[in-house]
Amino acid sequence: MTTPTLPPTLEIAGLTKFFGGLRAVNNFGLALKPGDLAGLIGPNGAGKTTVFNMITGVYQVSGGDIRFQGESITGLEPHEITQLGVARTFQNIRLFANLTVLDNVRIAYHTHAGYGMLDAILRTATYSAKEKEITERAQDFLAIFKLENIQNEFAKNLPYGQQRRVEIARALASNPRLLLLDEPAAGMNPREIVTLMELIHFVRDRFNLTILLIEHQMRVVMGICEHITVMDFGEVIARGTPKEIQGNAQVIEAYLGKGVPGAA
Amino acid sequence: MEINLGFLFISTIKIVVVLGYLYALLAVLGHASKWVQIGGLLAAFGIIQLIFSFQPEDAQIINDFDRGLLFQACTMTMVALGLNLIYGFNGQFSLGQWGFYGIGAYAAADITWRWTNNDARGLTGVAIGATLVAVAIFGVRRLIARYKGMPVMSAFTLYLIGTIVACALTMLIAGALDPALKPLFGTKDAPGIFASEWALQIVFFFAVLLAGIVAAEISFLFGLPVLTLGSDYFGIATLGFTIVINTLMVNSDTLLPFPEMKGGRGMIGIPKVTNWFWAFLFLLIVVIVMRNVLHSSTGRAILSVREDETAAKVMGINVADYKLLPFVIGSLFAGLGGGVYAHFIGFLSPGTFDFLVGFNPLIIIVFGGLGSMSGTIFASFGWMFFLEGLLRTILGQFGTEAPTWRFVLYPITLLLLMLLRPQGLLGSAEVGFLRAPKIAARTAASDNPAVTTPVK
Repeated sequence: MTTPTLPPTLEIAGLTKFFGGLRAVNNFGLALKPGDLAGLIGPNGAGKTTVFNMITGVYQVSGGDIRFQGESITGLEPHEITQLGVARTFQNIRLFANLTVLDNVRIAYHTHAGYGMLDAILRTATYSAKEKEITERAQDFLAIFKLENIQNEFAKNLPYGQQRRVEIARALASNPRLLLLDEPAAGMNPREIVTLMELIHFVRDRFNLTILLIEHQMRVVMGICEHITVMDFGEVIARGTPKEIQGNAQVIEAYLGKGVPGAA
Repeated sequence: MEINLGFLFISTIKIVVVLGYLYALLAVLGHASKWVQIGGLLAAFGIIQLIFSFQPEDAQIINDFDRGLLFQACTMTMVALGLNLIYGFNGQFSLGQWGFYGIGAYAAADITWRWTNNDARGLTGVAIGATLVAVAIFGVRRLIARYKGMPVMSAFTLYLIGTIVACALTMLIAGALDPALKPLFGTKDAPGIFASEWALQIVFFFAVLLAGIVAAEISFLFGLPVLTLGSDYFGIATLGFTIVINTLMVNSDTLLPFPEMKGGRGMIGIPKVTNWFWAFLFLLIVVIVMRNVLHSSTGRAILSVREDETAAKVMGINVADYKLLPFVIGSLFAGLGGGVYAHFIGFLSPGTFDFLVGFNPLIIIVFGGLGSMSGTIFASFGWMFFLEGLLRTILGQFGTEAPTWRFVLYPITLLLLMLLRPQGLLGSAEVGFLRAPKIAARTAASDNPAVTTPVK
C-alpha cells in the first residue's frame, strides 16, 4: 500500500509547548507513514493531549514544526488544518449535543457543501441537489457505523458507546487522511472495547487512513497499534513495537515507579 | 371603580385570535402543496387587509389601537427573530440589537423625510454609501484572504479605512448628483414625478431595505473585533454600543450633521407610509430568509458554534466567520424592523431606543424559547397584545398611574416561567413551516462510491 514516493503523513520535529513557565511538551518528535496505526501513551499529565491540540491547531505551538503530507501546518487555524485532512475525536466527547445524529455528521460536509447561503435563501436547484447528496452521504456513513436507526435522535440522548461511534463517524465524514483518536476506549466496558478495536481496524482499512491514538487501556494499545511512542513529563522516553515497549525498563518505571534499591 | 367584563372578554378573544392566526399561517405555509401555500398566504394577508379597508366607522373590528399593536408586533417580531438568531441559535449574548433597530429607524426615516422635503440626497447618499461600503468590505476581505493569520485589529483597521474612503466618495458623488435630481421634484404648483405618492412608496421600500443594509454593515465593523471577546464581555460591549447609539441620537443635531433629526426633541414629520402590505411583506421576508438559512449547511454551521466552538473548529468551521454572519444577519433584520416602525409611528424619539427598552426583545426570545423561531413569533405578538394591549387597558381602569403595575406583573410572570419552564414556552420546538424537514431513514443502503472510496 505504501509507495516510497509518498511523503510521510505526519512529521513532527522539536515540538515544544509552554504554558506560562510550565514546559508541557518538550522536543517532541514523531513520524507516521501513510497507513500507520500508531499509539501515543504515557502517564496522566505527560502531555499527550497537548500534542493532539497542537497538531489540530487548537493550541498555538511554542516551538518546533509539524508537517502534514510534506506541508508545514504550524500556525494554521484549526479549521484550515481540518480542511487539509486531519480529523480528531476528543477525550471528553464533544458532540453537538442538541443536534440530531444526522446533523452532527452533516456538519462535517459544510466546507465542501457545494452551495452558498444565497442558494439556501432562494432554495435553488443547486441547494436541493447538494443538500440531498449531503444527506445521503451522511446516511450512508451512519449505516457503516450501524447508526442509521438513530439518525433523528439528539446526540445528548445516546448511550456512551454510541456517542463515541457518532464522534468517530463525524470525524471520518470530514474526509481526513489522518485520524487522531483521543482515548477512544475511555469509559467503555470490555465488550464495547472489543467492538471498538474491530471498528478502528475496519476504519483504517476501509478509508485508507493513518491513525494516531492516545489510550490508557493497554489491551487496546498493545492489541492494535503497530508503533508506540511513550511520553512522560512532556518528553518522549521510548518508541517501538508493542513488544519492545512492554519490555522497556524506562516505561515500566514511568508507569510504576522505581524499585526500591536493596529490597528483596 | 368598575371593571368592564365585556371588554376583558373581547380583549382575551383578540389575543387568542391573533395567536390562532399566526399558527394557521405557519401551518399553511408548511403544507406540501405550493398552491395551498400561496393561497394561504394571500388569504392571511387578505383577511386583515379587507377588515382594514371595509370596516364601518362606527363598529370597528380592529380599532386604531389594535392596529398599532399589530404593526408594532410585526416590527418587534423582526427585531426579536434577529436577536434569536444571534443569541438563541448562535449562542452570542448580545444587547446591541436595540441599537441596530434604532440605526435602521433613523436611517430609513431620514431618507423619506428628506424625500418629502424635496431632497433626494437622503436616498442617493445612503444607497451609494451602502453600495460602496459593501464593495470596500468585500474587497478588503478578498485582499486579506491571501494573508493567513492576520491579527483581527489589523484587519479591522483595513476595513475601517475602506469604509471611510467609501463614505468620502459617497459625499462627493451624492453632492454632484443632487443638482440633476432636484428639478424632478418640481415646484409646489407643478409637482414633478418624484413628488408623487407612488414615488414615495418605492422610496420607502428602498429606504427600509437600505436601513437594514446600513445596520448590517455597521454590525460587521462593530462585530469583527468585538466578537473575538468571550460571551459575557461581548454582552457588555454590545450594551455599550446601544448606549453610544442612543447618545448619538440625543445629540444628532449637535454632534452629528443631521438637524432634521432634532436630537433629544425627537424627529417629527416622517411620512406614515407603512401599511399592512408593507408590514406583512417585510415580516414575511425576514421569516422566510431566516428559516431558509437555518435549514441549510450554513444554519448547521451556525448551530455548531453554539453547541461547541472547539468541536466546530475541528470540523472545519471558521468559527470567527460563523459568529459574524448571524450577527450581521440579525442586525439586518433589526434595521428592517426599525425602518418599518419609523414609518408606522411617524415620530422617532431617542427615548424609544434607550437600552432599558432594549431588553424587551431579549425577554421575548427567552420567553418564547431560545432557538425557536415559532416561539419568538408567538411571544412577540402575545407580548404586544397582552402586555401593551390587554393589561394596559385593564389596569388603566384603576387610575392613570395604574398601568405602570404591568412592569411589576410581567417580571413576575417571567420569573415564574423561568422557574417552571426554563427552556421557554416552546423550548426549541417549531411549528409547521418552520419545522425542519423530517428525514426518513435510507432504506436501500447503497454502496455510495463517495463513501466507500476515499477521495484523494
